[in-house]
Amino acid sequence: MADISDQPRQNFRIGMLLYDARYRSLTIQVIAAILIMLFLVRLVDNTVTNLAAVGKDIRFNFLWSTAGYDINQQLIPFTSQDTHARAALVGILNTLLVAFLGCILATVIGVFAGVLRLSKNWLVARVMTVYVECMRNTPLLIWILIVFAVMTEATPQPAQFREGGTASMILWDSVAISNRGVFMPRPIWGDGAGIVMAILGLSIIGIFVLRYVARKRQEDTGQQLPVLPLSLALLILPVTLAFFALGRPIDLDYPVLGGFNFQGGLQVRNSFIALWLALSLYTSAFIAEIVRSGILAVSKGQTEAAFALGMQPNRTMQLIILPQALRVIVPPLISQFLNLTKNSSLALAVGYMDARSTLGGITVNQTGRELEGILLLGIFYLITSLIISSAMNFYNSGVKLKER
Amino acid sequence: MSRNDNIAYVRTDMLPEAAPPPGTAGLGKWLRENLFAGPFNTAMTILAIYVVWSILSSSVPWMYNGIWNASSLSECREIRDARGLESAACWAVINERWLQMLFGFYPTDNPLLARLFYADELEAAGGAEVVFGGGITVTQRVAFISAMKDDLNNSTLFFFGYWRPLAALALLVVAVAPVLYSNLPRALLVFSLAYPFIAFFLLWGGSVWLPVLVALGLVATVLAGRFAAGFIGSLGGFFVGLIVFLLFFMNPLGIDGLFPLLPKLRGMLDGAMPWGLPYISSENFGGFMLAIIIGTSGIVLSLPLGIALALGRQSNMPLIKWVCVSFIEVIRGVPLIVWLFTASTLLNYFLPPGTTFDLLLRVIIMVTLFASAYLAEVVRGGLAALPTGQYEAASSLGLDYWKSMRLIILPQALKISIPGIVNTFIGLFKDTTLVVFIGLRDPLGLTNAIRATSEWNGIYWELYIFVGALFFVFCFFMSRYSMYLERRLRTDHR
Repeated sequence: MADISDQPRQNFRIGMLLYDARYRSLTIQVIAAILIMLFLVRLVDNTVTNLAAVGKDIRFNFLWSTAGYDINQQLIPFTSQDTHARAALVGILNTLLVAFLGCILATVIGVFAGVLRLSKNWLVARVMTVYVECMRNTPLLIWILIVFAVMTEATPQPAQFREGGTASMILWDSVAISNRGVFMPRPIWGDGAGIVMAILGLSIIGIFVLRYVARKRQEDTGQQLPVLPLSLALLILPVTLAFFALGRPIDLDYPVLGGFNFQGGLQVRNSFIALWLALSLYTSAFIAEIVRSGILAVSKGQTEAAFALGMQPNRTMQLIILPQALRVIVPPLISQFLNLTKNSSLALAVGYMDARSTLGGITVNQTGRELEGILLLGIFYLITSLIISSAMNFYNSGVKLKER
Repeated sequence: MSRNDNIAYVRTDMLPEAAPPPGTAGLGKWLRENLFAGPFNTAMTILAIYVVWSILSSSVPWMYNGIWNASSLSECREIRDARGLESAACWAVINERWLQMLFGFYPTDNPLLARLFYADELEAAGGAEVVFGGGITVTQRVAFISAMKDDLNNSTLFFFGYWRPLAALALLVVAVAPVLYSNLPRALLVFSLAYPFIAFFLLWGGSVWLPVLVALGLVATVLAGRFAAGFIGSLGGFFVGLIVFLLFFMNPLGIDGLFPLLPKLRGMLDGAMPWGLPYISSENFGGFMLAIIIGTSGIVLSLPLGIALALGRQSNMPLIKWVCVSFIEVIRGVPLIVWLFTASTLLNYFLPPGTTFDLLLRVIIMVTLFASAYLAEVVRGGLAALPTGQYEAASSLGLDYWKSMRLIILPQALKISIPGIVNTFIGLFKDTTLVVFIGLRDPLGLTNAIRATSEWNGIYWELYIFVGALFFVFCFFMSRYSMYLERRLRTDHR
């Protein structure tokens, strides 16, 4: 193929479309394009014909009609008088909430499990191996159903939290785990609460600045600042001072048993807890394997080299092992986040009102607009996935080894 | 060395080996190094022992004291209280319903059972033709069959009532073995190729000639293509094969009459030799059998498709690449449950008007497409991991694209991606539980059905443990097999 330029220029013949490598790929692509076009035209034609046969068309105006159903967990106000579009938004927010919290918990458990699997302690390593294998080799749906069964069957009824009942609230009488859900204190934002939260935000930014300054100082002079105590002080002191100076603007509304159920406080439904815990536990097993393989992927010579330079074990971990391990860990980790987000659509099994249950479930059933509903649902998941995976590609290109 | 007589004593024999100091060998050393190395490690050990103990101390007695013979959950509880037990598993539900969990509502082959075990009763009722042939009223037939089923125990029903799925499963093991283990005779691969048709016949039944003719048609397509390729080149052979395929299975010219050949031949053969098994529609399929059917078909079909997509994504033809990339990204970006929902409600809109086909088939197609997109990414990783030198070496040997892929690139790339491929397969197998959401009776759906009966209302753990254990066995086998394969194919020197 490379010596084509040496040959005398041939006149084009029709057979060259098939037998000449220069033209063949063009031929194949033209044929493929024709076939794909035919396929798509056929698909659209079939769809239009079939929809017309049952008296339907493709319109999205159903989104602006009254939803007429209630959603039991809402991050933004919603009543049954609101539109289907708003119901879909509530569902989308619920999906994002459980996915976000799930990613955090799964990472925490997964890193723990992955590191502990590499532990020199025989028993701990075995226990973690059993955990990881059990989680990885059974369907997620079973775990969701099991956690849900635990939450609804093995926890006490609210009535048992009465005086002389069998159950009691935990964490200084503030949190009640019952079969109606977990009840916990709800913060009440008073005057000046915004200022306290703003100070908290400024403190967090201050910690990042502090870390930057400390690192700069170490690189320039070799002196180290006590970053951890300073950060903790920065995190706690200003907020506490502001909290008391402004006269305790944030109060807590505790759940109190009244009638057959708890009143006040924040009710976290069992469906949410079951989905969140099961997703996190299941995904954490995969993350544990990723973390383990990431740490194993850093060759032992790196540790030995760091020790030879006189580094302490924890500095070795922080400065030598982790940066290299992270390059291996992060891409599959993010694809696990992606999986968790998509798996949150199993919310259907426990009645958690996510995007699949509102937009792709009740709305579709009520309006009979399957095509539009599922299309919108698919687009939502697709956009979420593309955002997460482009973040991954951005990170990847940043930490990639620069080779030839 | 010169002998020195000044030395009073020279030892001439070796000292016997001394025992190691206590605590540096044997159990003591192992314990100290692995469980009690330092205070932190000791604390971890104690914590782990506490966790393991608290799990086992509650679950082991519960399982071990389990009650195996009862007809309802309340009876279970009575037995438990009578024995004075704190807690006890009610395995009776598994004992009673395990056939249903395995096979769903797949009909047992009643004529066979009746002939084998109730020949006298069958004669008294008027013979098999009368009872099962529709000669007597439906009520009588149902009465006979239900009396027979009540009389039989589950094991008899298992072996003789479900012989068709069991035979399909046993033959599956035979068909898969030569693929998995290369030291088995290669001739068995012919059986592996024939297996899908045998399994179809065993599971669905109907006329034997449909699977036989489809298999013959495919063989004829391949043979005609090969034969023609010997004379007019590979492209010509491909077209000849395509023409044979179309003539056999479709009617490309729209002429009524001879073509397509398949239904004509089938009609002739059915008329001459009406052999077959009773037809069972896939609505009756369920339980773990369903998971195995969807899982196995998905695995077998998605691998070639996934490899093709991965190659397409690496192609230097922009159109092919673009099509493959968008297919992969769209499939991967949307959860399987949404795809299954699409398969069950929307697919009819996309097909030509009036086409309907089996929900199970639609699910298998969807699961295959879904898994193939994931496989494509795994295989792409393997392709990308190969050094460019391998591609260049293949080209410099004068191999064309397909030969270099088949002989040089794919064997290496697939070897690298074995763990990922098997993980995708495990994921696919686990995801078969999601079909419960579109109304197929998978094992988890059946647990709901069992719980909906008044006898077993409120039973959770036993059913979930049973289903979970079944899935665990299969997935664990697959992951161990992938480790074995990696070891066997390892060619570098370590």
